[in-house]
Amino acid sequence: MATNPAPKPVPQHASTAAGGLAEAHPERPSGLLRWLLTTNHKEIGTLYLIFSLTMFFIGGVFAMVVRAELFQPGLQLVQPEFFNQMTTMHGLIMVFGAVMPAFVGLANWMVPLQIGAPDMALPRLNNFSFWLLPVAFTLLLSTLLMPGGGPNFGWTFYAPLSTTYAPPSTTFFILSLHIAGISSILGAINIIATILNLRAPGMRMMDMPLFVWTWLITAFLLIAVMPVLAGVVTMMLMDINFGTSFFNAAGGGDPVLFQHLFWFFGHPEVYIMILPAFGIVSAIIPTFARKRLFGYASMVYATAAIAILSFLVWAHHMFVVGLPLVAELFFMYCTMLIAVPTGVKVFNWITTLFRGSISFEPPMLFALAFVVLFTIGGFSGLMLAIAPADFQYHDTYFVVAHFHYVLVPGAVFAIMAGVYYWLPKWTGHYPHERLAQWHFWLSVVGVNLTFFPMHFSGLAGMPRRIPDYALQFADFNLVSSLGAFLFGASQLLFVAVVVLCVRGGRQAPAQAWEHAEDLEWSVPSPAPLHTFETPPTFERPAH
Amino acid sequence: MTTPDPQLSRESRSGVRRTVWRSVAALVGMFAFAFALVPLYDVFCQVTGLNGKVSNSAQAVMHDGVDQSRLVTVQFITRSGSGLHWQLGVETRQVRVHPGQPTEVGFTFDNQGSEASWGRAVPSVSPSQASQHLRKISCFCFDEQRLAAGERREIPLVFQLSRDLPSDVNTVTLVYTLYPVEGREASQQANTRSLQGEEA
Repeated sequence: MATNPAPKPVPQHASTAAGGLAEAHPERPSGLLRWLLTTNHKEIGTLYLIFSLTMFFIGGVFAMVVRAELFQPGLQLVQPEFFNQMTTMHGLIMVFGAVMPAFVGLANWMVPLQIGAPDMALPRLNNFSFWLLPVAFTLLLSTLLMPGGGPNFGWTFYAPLSTTYAPPSTTFFILSLHIAGISSILGAINIIATILNLRAPGMRMMDMPLFVWTWLITAFLLIAVMPVLAGVVTMMLMDINFGTSFFNAAGGGDPVLFQHLFWFFGHPEVYIMILPAFGIVSAIIPTFARKRLFGYASMVYATAAIAILSFLVWAHHMFVVGLPLVAELFFMYCTMLIAVPTGVKVFNWITTLFRGSISFEPPMLFALAFVVLFTIGGFSGLMLAIAPADFQYHDTYFVVAHFHYVLVPGAVFAIMAGVYYWLPKWTGHYPHERLAQWHFWLSVVGVNLTFFPMHFSGLAGMPRRIPDYALQFADFNLVSSLGAFLFGASQLLFVAVVVLCVRGGRQAPAQAWEHAEDLEWSVPSPAPLHTFETPPTFERPAH
Repeated sequence: MTTPDPQLSRESRSGVRRTVWRSVAALVGMFAFAFALVPLYDVFCQVTGLNGKVSNSAQAVMHDGVDQSRLVTVQFITRSGSGLHWQLGVETRQVRVHPGQPTEVGFTFDNQGSEASWGRAVPSVSPSQASQHLRKISCFCFDEQRLAAGERREIPLVFQLSRDLPSDVNTVTLVYTLYPVEGREASQQANTRSLQGEEA
């Protein structure tokens, strides 16, 4: 390609903007500009992952403030107003700043490598969608310093808490959500365009690795629901600043409408945060069990089924707003139906493990913990799906336990599993085995110490989002807080492992793991900046 | 921004372009759908009576007799707040009526503030399946009220429970919440909304 540079009709301005096309433009900018202007999917993937890790620690510090305050009954460290800002910001940062960008980062790195594409379909758009994120979250974090404080109405920002009774900084919160939403949407468009159009010759849809499949479906979910979120926050903006009454009963609006709109976005959103995790685990388990994945096609169909069902269950978050009986039954049964495709997935993972020759490298440890602990979170979800039982559990710590089990040892563990799995491909070195093992075991113990007692305090009636609590919950909260400090501190080990792995370590060959089969293992480790410039010929593995 | 990587073949470049335009169309559609849900939700609630929303306009008295065999308790709850210094009182907290029987209950608006102000009482019915069977023949909630400073005004509510009220409903609670009406703009908006309610 580089031998024939003459007749390329590249527009004049592209020579500076498209710095990633290195062979056409050898004068790559260096230093900060290199990262600001990069259009290379690997560099942008790295940026996303670093950003996500940073946000993970910022959101984590907020969680530590919350757990420190809840360490014992009474008010010790912070005022209730600030406590509310901490719970809200923790949720917003973790959902929109840590988990979602981490998956987009992994997609940027791995989707082109797994389908044999030279880069993402729209590299410059890719750069733009990343750089929107630091803007959005700087804006969001800056609200903490504004008069009246930052958002304090919970990450679900129910109206009228977030409109009539909100702090003045809410307009900035809305703007930052808009920017983060645009970033997600652009990322999703890019991923869909890449997967549908840039697969290696010969690779059919049903040949794609499951990480690619789950991301394709996730990207469709993003395109369907992020505009609804944008619509909701726009209505809030108008209610606050332009005197409309979308959610204001005084002007003929309806606060319950907010909850319907929010959860119409919000429920698919929680699957956006878990479907790519399914894809990662479906890549890791067959590799370390040294068997082919059991039930590939059923995995694809189960993912699609979960995505479709996610649009029919939103009101199970709202069982206590006064729904008619028919609606409660409909949403209850639809919610329970989701257990079927999810059960198919868990069954397939376990069957893949059955009679495999399993080894327990760090990625496999995290993937196995994912299967067990995510399933616990799934079961508590089923308990919450029972409408009459939910009247009791609603807005208690049982809900907190449930969604932290599916998000922390669910989504976050899958992300860490993916990082450990692909680090040899990214850096050319294996992660430090001993340290990674410590990181895993401390994390598992910490996560369970933190979140398992919350089931009990929730069933005993402890409400969510309170800075102080009745004395009978003191022991459970003490254990939860100690577990949280352990989990938080052990994440520093993760940073150490990643930094050490970037700087050196045992050399990894192209196929870093014995049974790893997908296309990314056919390029050298570390993966050179440009791969698959001539598309590989995809060979279907023999069955 | 939608220009694909110039390295790509022409075939995949046009494929990318097609995918992008379809995605953008879906995006715009979903954004519009979110706003369309607002009136759809309103209509849905009016038709089904969900959420305790009741018709905002006067209904005619139904003359199909009184069901003497049944007595239903109707409770009244009044709330004020949201910065409006008004008190809303009701002559009785609870009445027992036969379905089909028109009933009048007196409400008292009392402006305890030092300035004249506009206010509006927004109704809500619980349980929600009763909301379509509570017919209001005359209600202060159809209009906004203007009370001078210290003014006290008695306005009656005339309502009727229709005879097809579901048999498992023995108590109907009617809640009125007072809200301030700020300026004429807001009041015009409320008027148009109640007109829309009439059409639905």
